[in-house]
Amino acid sequence: MTPFKSISSKLIPIDVINIDTDQIIPKQFLKLVQKTGYDKFLFYDWRFDKDGNPKREFVLNNPSYRDRTILLVRENFGSGSSREHAVWALRDFGIRAIVAPSFADIFYNNCFKNGVLPIIINHDHIEYLFNHAETVKINIDLTAQSIEFDSNIIHFEISESNKKMLMEGIDEIGMTFNFESYISDYEKTKSTYSLGVV
Amino acid sequence: MSSTNSIRHNLPRTLFDKIWDDHVVYQQSDRAKKQPTLLYIDRHLVHEVTSPQAFEGLRIKNRSVRRPNLTFATMDHNVPTSNRSLPLVDNTSAMQMQALKQNCNDFGITLYDMDSPNQGIVHVIGPELGLTLPGSTIVCGDSHTSTHGAFGALAFGIGTSEVEHVLATQCLWVNKPENFEIRIDGIFKNSHSLTAKDIILYIIRSIGTSGGNGAVIEYRGEVLSRFSMAERLTICNMSIECGARAGLIAPDSTTFEYIRDRLFAPKGKDLDNLINIWQDRLRSDNSAKFERTISIDVSNLAPQITWGTNPSMVIDITDSIPYPDEYSHGNDGLKKAALRALNYMDLTPGVPITNIDVDRVFIGSCTNSRLQDLIEASNVVKGRTVAPNVRAMVVPGSQLVKTQAERIGLDEVFKDAGFEWRDSGCSMCLGMNPDILSSGERCASTSNRNFEGRQGTGGRTHLMSPVMAAAAAVKGKFTDVREML
Repeated sequence: MTPFKSISSKLIPIDVINIDTDQIIPKQFLKLVQKTGYDKFLFYDWRFDKDGNPKREFVLNNPSYRDRTILLVRENFGSGSSREHAVWALRDFGIRAIVAPSFADIFYNNCFKNGVLPIIINHDHIEYLFNHAETVKINIDLTAQSIEFDSNIIHFEISESNKKMLMEGIDEIGMTFNFESYISDYEKTKSTYSLGVV
Repeated sequence: MSSTNSIRHNLPRTLFDKIWDDHVVYQQSDRAKKQPTLLYIDRHLVHEVTSPQAFEGLRIKNRSVRRPNLTFATMDHNVPTSNRSLPLVDNTSAMQMQALKQNCNDFGITLYDMDSPNQGIVHVIGPELGLTLPGSTIVCGDSHTSTHGAFGALAFGIGTSEVEHVLATQCLWVNKPENFEIRIDGIFKNSHSLTAKDIILYIIRSIGTSGGNGAVIEYRGEVLSRFSMAERLTICNMSIECGARAGLIAPDSTTFEYIRDRLFAPKGKDLDNLINIWQDRLRSDNSAKFERTISIDVSNLAPQITWGTNPSMVIDITDSIPYPDEYSHGNDGLKKAALRALNYMDLTPGVPITNIDVDRVFIGSCTNSRLQDLIEASNVVKGRTVAPNVRAMVVPGSQLVKTQAERIGLDEVFKDAGFEWRDSGCSMCLGMNPDILSSGERCASTSNRNFEGRQGTGGRTHLMSPVMAAAAAVKGKFTDVREML
């Protein structure tokens, strides 16, 4: 995973509320067994017509937005299915951060495991960004937990552990192995409800 | 750590608090910093779609599965529901199923594959096999894992990275979610035409797709105590559709009787002892605090049906398609969503929903494919025939449900009426197998999501109960089932 420190980019705006993971990556692309190569399936039904030709009006097909790495969306982004493929598709397409007023929680968790930073900011700022999405440039500094645009510098919340996971690109499983004594102790002593154990 | 726990134990706790506390492996001392807790997982359920990358991750790092005996796998998303003896038409599906077989074999995990009599939708077979038990923690790489909360288990969906983490460590780092209470009040006319599906659709309609906000929702109220396990499972199943992480219902005698004699459930004296403990402990203390309490009155509930492209876009069957302004109450985002949904669904505001014809009917999915669902639907179908404009299918939730249904002749009732009677799987709930809608087709579906393209690109899904779907099949249009029973 690429460690995340800071990024600067203009925005890719998608002005729709409650975007579910079925839209981010439709089910027909969940049959692969690998973890990369999902960029071409991102927002497939919104991006391509039934013959597979790009729909011109959709923002991801606009060449002047192609090098942008920050997605701007509305509330409850990533609702529905738990498919991590949704984050893989965004990551493979080049998205490094997503700015929204709120996220669905499984999607939010999945982001951190894949080097994508989900940022929650309030509705007024979201509204401002949508109104200036074509031109406004965003600087995100993860160390300082700040997002800067025009003359605004806004602080955003992120848990210490998620921040560390992004900044250091750590192997979470390897880290959990350091708690082996706690896990085996639990298995020996506290298995009242661990019914496979009793 | 132990001292803080013992102090907390003297405070009134919710059912969720109790299950959570029982599973804490390690907790950072400074709770104010919102550090995640390491939680022990009692059951890990695995299916073919969200697991291959997790097993691959283990292989790359030369890691093993910590507790293969707590891990159970089945194939449900990709499996064909007809002609199973033939080679799979879809090569990529076949490869994904082969990968699961190989992975379970390599890592020593019990697998119920396509040919097993125990195969079925993971959220149907968990309870059926006695893997889902009160007070336990259950995860699966599938958002509808919330289903298992019907047994008073803390059960939630996870992503593939977390699947890998649980495989390797049998634990998960979790920030403790908020705990909501939804009180289902009122005199529910528990007739044959109003069902648990109508209640949960009404709840989602009332609080919206993000009203649950990542929380654990405990459903409480007199109505639930009269509900069967199948009905409770339907309620908890769709908790994720209002944005909740998990649904939860305190276990009672109905729960305990269900568990008795299930394959993997404890037996005899062991079970009796557990039931005593469960009865004693697994309920929210009287003065326990919830972060939020929502009350829903179901006294005047009519059959519920979705009109739009998310599960909160719900109306009564007696209503007309809403106008965007009426639906959005001045919220610009909701108005845009309504316009988009009307366009996608090809619907006109003001038209009674009972005027609208259907092309397909799907009775199935982890929401509504249990024996009781099929019995109730068959009572509507019996002695009637599927309308000529409709293609209808029944997909039992598991091979066991299928066998039980056939034993009491339900297959004949459905086939005589013109339904297709299939093998078990997720099927047209998400259309990863050949069971999909064609573009423009309209479906009366007992599943859980009506998102754009969910059942097939361009397909139009309306969610409802099994009896309502059966009524739509017979009449060829959306119908108030109360007129037919």
